[in-house]
Amino acid sequence: MRSGAAKTATKENNDPVITIENLCKGFGDNKVLQGFNLRLNKQENLVVLGRSGSGKSVLIKCIIGLLTPDSGDITVFGDHVSELDHEALDRLRTKIGFLFQSNALYDSMTIRENLEFPLRRHWFEISQEDVDDMVMEALENVSLQHTVDMMPAELSGGMAKRVALARTMILKPDIILYDEPTTGLDPVTAKEIENLIVKLQKKYKTSSIIISHDMTCVKNTSDRVVLLLDGKCYADGTFDELKNSTDEHIGQFFE
Amino acid sequence: MTLIDRTKDFLDHAGQIARFAGRLFSLSIKPPYEIKEFLAQCYFIGYKSLPLVGLTGFIMGLVLTMQLRPSLVYYGVQSQLPVMVGVAIVREIGPVITALIFAGKIGSSIGAELGSMKVTEQIDAMEVSGTNPYKYLVATRVVATILMLPVLTMLGDAISLFGAYIGVNINSVTSFNLFFTQIFRNLQFGDVVPAMIKTFFFGFVVGVIGCYKGYNSSKGTRGVGNSANSAVVLSSVLIFVVDLLAVQITALLGLN
Repeated sequence: MRSGAAKTATKENNDPVITIENLCKGFGDNKVLQGFNLRLNKQENLVVLGRSGSGKSVLIKCIIGLLTPDSGDITVFGDHVSELDHEALDRLRTKIGFLFQSNALYDSMTIRENLEFPLRRHWFEISQEDVDDMVMEALENVSLQHTVDMMPAELSGGMAKRVALARTMILKPDIILYDEPTTGLDPVTAKEIENLIVKLQKKYKTSSIIISHDMTCVKNTSDRVVLLLDGKCYADGTFDELKNSTDEHIGQFFE
Repeated sequence: MTLIDRTKDFLDHAGQIARFAGRLFSLSIKPPYEIKEFLAQCYFIGYKSLPLVGLTGFIMGLVLTMQLRPSLVYYGVQSQLPVMVGVAIVREIGPVITALIFAGKIGSSIGAELGSMKVTEQIDAMEVSGTNPYKYLVATRVVATILMLPVLTMLGDAISLFGAYIGVNINSVTSFNLFFTQIFRNLQFGDVVPAMIKTFFFGFVVGVIGCYKGYNSSKGTRGVGNSANSAVVLSSVLIFVVDLLAVQITALLGLN
C-alpha cells in the first residue's frame, strides 16, 4: 500500500484519463509537491486525502492549468497539459469540471446567468430554448429549479454548493475535480452533497478527483483513496484497505 | 529599504503594468468579441457616471466664474470673463477634473470588483470554464473607459460652461447667446482637439490601473481595499503625468 503501489482497480474500465508523473511544485522555499505520481482511471472516483496545507488543492490546480508545475508531467486524455497553448488548454478545460471550495459563483449574475455563462462561451450555435432546457436540467439534478432567478447572495451555503455543482456539470465534463466539496457544511447538507457526487458520477459516467479530509465524505464517495503526505503519494488503496492499515501515518486519519 | 531597492521595485512594478497593458492590445483585436459585456460596461462606466460628472462640472464652472470675477473687475476686463472661463474649462480644468472624478468613481469600482472576484476565485472559475478572464473582464472595461471618458468630458464641459453662465449672471446680466457666442468665437482648434485627445489617454490610464490593481489583488478584505485605494491614487497621479506630457507635446507641435 506504499507509494507507487497503485493496486486497486474498483472499476472494470482501467483506461487512465489523467496520469501524473513526478509532479513538483513549490512556492519559494515551501516545496509542496515533491515527485507526486497519480493515475485516474475512467469512471473512477478518486479521493486525495491529506492534511491541510499538504498540497491537495495545488495538485488539482496544476491539473486544470491554474498553476504551472515546477517539473513533472501531467497528461489528461493523452494531452500534456504543460505543452498546450492557451486555446488548446481552453478546449481541454471544457472536458474538465472544477468545483471550487468557495463555490466561486459569479455574484453579479443570477443563477440562470451563472449556468448559462459556460454554455454561451463554448456552444455558440445553441438556441435560447436549448440553453433554458440545459439550465433547468442542471438545476433539476441538484433539486434547485426554484432558484433559477435568484442571486448567489440569496442562497444558503449548501444551496450555493449545489448550484456550483450544477454549473460544473452543465458542459457535461468527462472529469470533475472537487476541491473539498463538504468543507464548512453541516453533516446533513454534507451528506446531500456526497450523494449528489455519487449520483452524478453514475448518471454522466464521469471520472472524479475529490480533495477532502472529511472522512465521511471519503468513505461515501471514494472508489479509491490516495494519501498525500510530504508532497508524495504515501498510500493508495480502497477506503477499507487504508482504514485497516497498521501504518501510523495512515491511522491518524481514521482515528 | 534602500533607494536602490525602491527604484528596482518601482521599475519592476512599471514593467508589470506595461506588460499587463500590452496584453490588452493583443487580445482586444482577436475575436470573439465580448460585445454584450462591453456594452454593459459602457452603460455602467459612462451613463452611470454622468450625474456625478455633471454635478461636479456644474459646481466647478460656477465657482470658477465667481472666483475669477473679482480679479478681472480689478483690471477692468470683466467682459473677458466668458472667454477666460471657457478656455480654462475646455483646455484644462474640464478634462482633468472629469478624469479625476472618473478615477475616483470608476477606478475604485473596477479595482474593488476585480479584486473581490480574484479573492473569491471567480476569476479562476472563469478561467477553468475555458473563458479568458483577461479578455472578458479587462479588455471590455479598459476599452469602455477609453471611449466613455471623452464623451463624459464633453458633456461635463458643456454642463460646466452652463454653470459658468449662471455664475456670470449672479452679479450681472448676460444673455445666453452672447455668453456662448463669446466663448465659441474665441475657442480654437488647438484649444479643443488636444484637450479631447488626452482624455482618451486618461481613460486608458484609469481602466488599465483599475484592472491591474484588481486583477493582482492580494488575498483578504484588506487586499481588496488596497486594490481599490491604490487604483485611485495611482491613476490620479498618472493623470497629472499624462497631462504634463500632453501639454509638452502640444507645445512642441505648435498647437498652444
